[in-house]
Amino acid sequence: MSETLYYARRYPLGVAGAIILIVFVLTALLANVVAPFDPLSTNARASLAPPSGVYLIGADMMGRDMLSRMIHGARISLAVALGATCIGSGLGAMLGLASGYLGGWFDLIVQRLAEVMQSLPLLVMALVITASLGPSLPNTIIAIAIPLIPNVARVIRANVLSLRELNYVEAARAVGMSQTRIALMHVLPNTLAPLIVLATAQLGSTILTEASLSFLGLGVPEPYPSWGRMLSESAAEYIRSAPWLVIFPGLAISLVVFGANLFGDALRDILDPRQGD
Amino acid sequence: MAPVLEVSGLTTVFHTRTGLVRAVQDVSFSVEAGETLAIVGESGCGKTMTALSLMRLVPIPPGEITAGTVKVAGTDLLALDEASMRKMRGSQIAMIFQEPMTALNPLFTVGRQIAEMVSLHENVSRRAANNRAVEMLQQVRIPAPERRAKEYPHQLSGGMRQRAMIAMALACKPKVLIADEPTTALDVTIQAQVLDLIDDLRKELGTAVVLITHDLGVVAETADRMIVMYAGRKVEEGLTKDLFADPCHPYLQGLLASVPRLGASGSERLREIPGVVPSLSDLPKGCAFAARCPSAIGKCLEAIPPLEQKRPGHSAACWVT
Repeated sequence: MSETLYYARRYPLGVAGAIILIVFVLTALLANVVAPFDPLSTNARASLAPPSGVYLIGADMMGRDMLSRMIHGARISLAVALGATCIGSGLGAMLGLASGYLGGWFDLIVQRLAEVMQSLPLLVMALVITASLGPSLPNTIIAIAIPLIPNVARVIRANVLSLRELNYVEAARAVGMSQTRIALMHVLPNTLAPLIVLATAQLGSTILTEASLSFLGLGVPEPYPSWGRMLSESAAEYIRSAPWLVIFPGLAISLVVFGANLFGDALRDILDPRQGD
Repeated sequence: MAPVLEVSGLTTVFHTRTGLVRAVQDVSFSVEAGETLAIVGESGCGKTMTALSLMRLVPIPPGEITAGTVKVAGTDLLALDEASMRKMRGSQIAMIFQEPMTALNPLFTVGRQIAEMVSLHENVSRRAANNRAVEMLQQVRIPAPERRAKEYPHQLSGGMRQRAMIAMALACKPKVLIADEPTTALDVTIQAQVLDLIDDLRKELGTAVVLITHDLGVVAETADRMIVMYAGRKVEEGLTKDLFADPCHPYLQGLLASVPRLGASGSERLREIPGVVPSLSDLPKGCAFAARCPSAIGKCLEAIPPLEQKRPGHSAACWVT
């Protein structure tokens, strides 16, 4: 406990990031409780209602309460961000570790495949994947996760290549550890710092990619509220007449991405024991 | 007493683009329990490759151990499969390295790393392994071992880390400890402490120690017997005191002459051995040292001299002496 306080005092920005993320996660988890309206129920008379006492941040064209939609939208953003980042970083890290540690033909094949994947823009690849899988939340997560894999794999591989040459890897072999154990227990944990930075940076971009996919009709299907679709749909039509439809989803996305970055930076510093004293 | 480590005919080569590099050629020696054997030679003479071959840590490929046996308490390590070899490393034969600063994983506490090594080889509880770690830290004379066990490598000084490495290497009471230039990276004052420590532990635990060094002062102080290596071959072997008193091979004579002595007159110039070690991928037909040797004769260029007994218990590979 005192340790937590100590770190909290040393990394005030990290604390700010953590608070943003906690609020975001709580909002998503308690959406049913905190949202004042049903996010799907329409009300013709409230169409494009400006912010007021009833509709705190206004209502959209169908007269649905923006605040309630944003609160429920947090669920989708959270699911997409966490799901895609975990799958992408996890698979990427394992692939990068195997590629860097084993080397040889395995490394060669993995790296060439990664290059092929990286030569395609992220959105194009995600588009192809969702188009073939069909629009749904799990498919969106998969479609966003797969393009992340080569980036993570390459960063982790580069890191593993330098770690592999360090003395403690040889020392670990000299006391009788198996290669698998050394790779998983001694090399992988040392790649955690770049992995966390990368993952938190991606947390933001996954939310943005989901927004783009939803805008193109390939993301999470209507009528479920997604920040990305709320933003991109309204931006085209209502930026002048009903700017609250654009401003608030945009703010929400920026805030969560910002919070994730702040938190990730602090976490990286804390997790490195060399900076611990 | 039967030797606990018996190496015979050990030959290690590297297949490289420029050709075959003969790093270790036909090296044989044995060490008894509680004895210290020093392997001496200048950089690139095959000392470290000999050590890595004993541990079977030579990178394969490009390396290959092409011949020989390495018997630890009767078991030939070179005949074992990889899984059995892993069980031998650490429990029967352990090694400490030159560079203590990076030989410990920065992410785990020192105690945990020693405990991990113990539970790898022995079926003991986590608590017992942790206790053993603290015991070992105490045995290597680290003050406040309980506290140090909970610290990370960066919180320890270089000498302290080398002690921790020694603690880790000896935690499972191996029969043989290979120390590859254990003091090269340390301050002079710490060097003596670490050498004393290895010597004390050898006596306490009866471990056979193979000390690899280029520092003849270290050899004189700690080793019972020594072998001298040149260009991958053993060129001289015997009791340390005999070799220092009466070196047979011109290489060792040159090495000893190039050590500064206390009490020598100030005007006396320190002698050196002219030239450099020949490339291990392009060795001459005859004696590898011939080109640098002051007493070389025609025969030295023709054939490699065999290792033969020159004095009782003292052999050397030289045509001349």
